[in-house]
Amino acid sequence: MRIETYERIFMVLAGLMLALGIVGIAIGALVAGVHVPSPAGRVDPRALSTTPPFDQPGLRDLGGGKYEAVLVARAWQFQPNEIEVPVGSTVTFTLASSDVIHGFELTGTNANVMVIPGQISQVTARFDQPGEYLWVCHEYCGFGHHQMYGKVVVR
Amino acid sequence: MSATARPQAVAGGGAVAREGVFLAEQLWPIKGQLALALIGLAVGGLMGLMQALDRVGIVIYKGLLLQSYYQGLTIHGVLLAFLFTFGFGNAFVSLMAIRGFERPLASTFLVQGAFWTMLAGTLLAAYAILRNQATVLFTFYAPMRASSLFYLGAALLVVSTLLTALNLVLTRRAWQREHPAERTPLLGFVGVVTYVMWALASLGVVVLVVFFLLPWQLGWLKTTDPQFNRILFWYTGHAIVYFWLMPAYISWYLIVPRQVGGRVFSDSLVRLVFILLLIFSVPTGLHHQYVDPGIPTVMKVVHLFTTFSVVYPSLVTAFTVMAALEDGGRARGGRGLLGWIWKLPWGDPSVAAQLLAMLVFILGGATGIVNASYNLNNVVHNTSFIPGHFHMTVGTAVALSFIGITYWLIPYLSGRELMGRRLALAQAWLWFVGVLLFARGQIAAGLLGEPRRSSIGEAPYRDLISAGLDNWLTAIGGTLMVISGALYFIVILWTLLAGRRLAQPMEIPVAEMRFGARETAPLWDRLGFWFLVGVILVAIAYIPLFVLYLPLNSVSPPIKVY
Repeated sequence: MRIETYERIFMVLAGLMLALGIVGIAIGALVAGVHVPSPAGRVDPRALSTTPPFDQPGLRDLGGGKYEAVLVARAWQFQPNEIEVPVGSTVTFTLASSDVIHGFELTGTNANVMVIPGQISQVTARFDQPGEYLWVCHEYCGFGHHQMYGKVVVR
Repeated sequence: MSATARPQAVAGGGAVAREGVFLAEQLWPIKGQLALALIGLAVGGLMGLMQALDRVGIVIYKGLLLQSYYQGLTIHGVLLAFLFTFGFGNAFVSLMAIRGFERPLASTFLVQGAFWTMLAGTLLAAYAILRNQATVLFTFYAPMRASSLFYLGAALLVVSTLLTALNLVLTRRAWQREHPAERTPLLGFVGVVTYVMWALASLGVVVLVVFFLLPWQLGWLKTTDPQFNRILFWYTGHAIVYFWLMPAYISWYLIVPRQVGGRVFSDSLVRLVFILLLIFSVPTGLHHQYVDPGIPTVMKVVHLFTTFSVVYPSLVTAFTVMAALEDGGRARGGRGLLGWIWKLPWGDPSVAAQLLAMLVFILGGATGIVNASYNLNNVVHNTSFIPGHFHMTVGTAVALSFIGITYWLIPYLSGRELMGRRLALAQAWLWFVGVLLFARGQIAAGLLGEPRRSSIGEAPYRDLISAGLDNWLTAIGGTLMVISGALYFIVILWTLLAGRRLAQPMEIPVAEMRFGARETAPLWDRLGFWFLVGVILVAIAYIPLFVLYLPLNSVSPPIKVY
């Protein structure tokens, strides 16, 4: 195949650029510990109200500054839609949908996950600064989608 | 290939018909599909105004007789992502194939069938959406209930592209029979590769609609598995962006160099790029699902690598197309490192629109790499960063290129001179400025956490995200794009209704090669072989996923939420 010298140089550079990108991602995952959500189990959305832990949504203190927030997503609200934790807490959000697909995005953090009927979603965030952290449903879920949000109050 | 074959007008065919090559019975369905595409652009684009103004709290959907913001958003997505792109692709690639192979399409029945299925699909889907029975956006994620007519309509739009794919493959085969032992002409080859890629890519959404969604909406299946449905959707859902993009690449590689007086670097490199797009476009879908809960992490990593692979041909394109442009600029007397840029024919609206589209694509591609970057995606997934990104890719690199192409294609097809050339130039620049403001606003707001596909104007949390200025940029930029779209339709209607008849029949501007097909190794012409490679890569990317994921978790009945 006939390839010009400049073109060959560019093709090598393009390959190196992408390799560098992969290295950056690997550093992000392995050194900085930024991960994507992993499978956390399945659940029947029609039976959420009788399936632990979703039968009792809310905040649980796991001790040592760790918390679990169990949230049920349904059109068009999160239950609960507000939790309060002390500064320095690490909160694992465990979510399930009782109807259509929803999303969970906690602004100002790396916590971002789809909430898909039939699947349990799990993300973790650490709160080192006091303040209010907004979370929003970021997948279209119907007429009232834009009304679906909540917040973490960190004191 | 020769760019100067002698044209001949035939009765009623305008300036375009070359005897024995462009047949009137194949041209009308091509024109018809182009017309449907432009209707899609007009109506879908108009919805953009409603969305742009919504960002700053100006809620006008009721004024447009819509039930909700999301009904307008569905119209915007379906008409622009499916009708505009499919209609333009079918029309443009079919025409380029006829020109490339210098023979009619193999089947008049198939090209007419493509038009009729596209028309029927458009009417069915439009009926369902306008009656507010399919306000499910263009992603129609289960378990949202929508009218079966909507799915039928969407399916017919896909059928129309598959009929075109079959026709192109048959046309290439007919050409090969007529020219044994010759390399396929490049202009024909790239179109066939585009549609063969799409035939492989569309499998996911075809299976989704035919075996899951339609039986479930019709009540034959009680429940479905939303997570698995999303896997099928995104099997098609990323490759589709290359199906949108590749007709623009055809123009950038093989038409624009001629328009600026340059030549294509080499036949073999263009083939390499299209073949890489054929084999890497499909096995990448999971990078849209990095934050899906039900997908094994190891498979997300596999798709990270395939996604980075499909970036590669676009990086090569950035160099090769630029080199062809530089060749043209220097041939026109450009001097120095960058002097050739100003010598390009910026006064030609077709060229200006496509050059600006390419410039924006650099930013669109860069933001796309952010989305593809696995853990970095955590920050931007489903935020307004994403529409900020794809309005620079499909919304400009593709749409503004298609617009630029029509600035010669519509005079070519209608035999009428392009009217309002300065208006057309203004249109291109207005779109360019508009999309940069729009994308700047959307991207910054997304990084602050503003969700995509949400009616921000009605959201109670609007003031909790400090994206006030960014939302204004989005609103202003989006409005400029809609105004640009209006200018475009003024130019096109002016041309069609009052354009002067062309004195001389026009030629399709096809670029010359520096190194032609003769210098290309036979392997780069073996479409069947590369298709097989593509199938194997798809198998590697998806079969382990299915093994790890199954059994299905069918738990969701249809739910209407709008």
